[in-house]
Amino acid sequence: MQNSNNLKKVHRAQHVSLTRKALTALSVMALTVILGWTVWTLPPFSDRMPDLVAAHLSISGVENPVTAVLLNFRGYDTLLEIGVLLLAAVGVLSLAPTSVLSAETAPAQVQILLLRLLPFIVIVGAYLLWIGKYAPGGAFQAGAVLAAGGVLLVTSVVRFNHITIKSVPIGLSIGLLTFLAVALATMIAGGNFLQYPLPWASALILVIEAAATISIAVILTILFIGRKPDG
Amino acid sequence: MDDRQQKTDEFKTLVDFETKFNKMTISLLYALIGVVLLGMGLYRLVIDPHLVKKILALNISGAGVFLFLVAVADRIPGAAPDPVPHAMVLTGIVVAVSATAVALALACRIQEIKGTAELSENEPE
Repeated sequence: MQNSNNLKKVHRAQHVSLTRKALTALSVMALTVILGWTVWTLPPFSDRMPDLVAAHLSISGVENPVTAVLLNFRGYDTLLEIGVLLLAAVGVLSLAPTSVLSAETAPAQVQILLLRLLPFIVIVGAYLLWIGKYAPGGAFQAGAVLAAGGVLLVTSVVRFNHITIKSVPIGLSIGLLTFLAVALATMIAGGNFLQYPLPWASALILVIEAAATISIAVILTILFIGRKPDG
Repeated sequence: MDDRQQKTDEFKTLVDFETKFNKMTISLLYALIGVVLLGMGLYRLVIDPHLVKKILALNISGAGVFLFLVAVADRIPGAAPDPVPHAMVLTGIVVAVSATAVALALACRIQEIKGTAELSENEPE
């Protein structure tokens, strides 16, 4: 019964596919060729954006142009991005599987790896967060590294205590909340939304990034396991 | 002595020219590879009925777009790369990861309810 069903499915799939495949291939190839030709004929100059960033770097509070764009000039994007992350975590948690996969015995290698790596993961994460001011690095890189530690934690047999489980929602939202708080504070202080006063810019960016790092680490870990961590 | 100096100068211009040329060609090559990846991903996204493969295909297209943006930002020899597209890619990667996670969670749920994560052609569900 199932076999014949499968056969029918395969037959139907083959039947439908041919024209569809050809059409799709043609349109995708046309798009690729048009895009490729556009890339090929791009003028060898850029618009004024790099100059603009370079000219205003001194008032951004940081020395790394990418961080300046992310946290200052286009801070709005990053604020919304952390919002998207939080939304994704809420979405995944609300779709959590009904049958919980229980990891009763994690392999011994994972536990050894965890013990050896966790201190270094924390140090590297903190370093990446700090160096983002001067060089490539920042909240997202640091958060991703810490999330690797989080994934190791939840895949080993570590049982979280009650307080840790309770603080997961705080960890999820602290990045967005801090970002919003700073944005509103700058408005109350007389500036625009997310317009940092110059003497405070550096410190405010670091505070936002530190909170964002925690949130990103927690959110990425939750996205990986797809449910609340076991208590 | 003069002869040697002249030869060093010639060598220097040659190296300079080659690095400039290489930077332009290499970033162009990366940008074109990005475009090809985008096309490959789009094709699979439309053709493949399996949800997980669709999600993978979408990620390959996304990687193509990121590669394109990063390559195009660093085309000018002797100049620092444009930080704006780099910041965009950084934002994009994070959004792509979270979107993939939600999509996978949805696919898991569909698998749980329907018994398969494959879209069927004609059956109205």
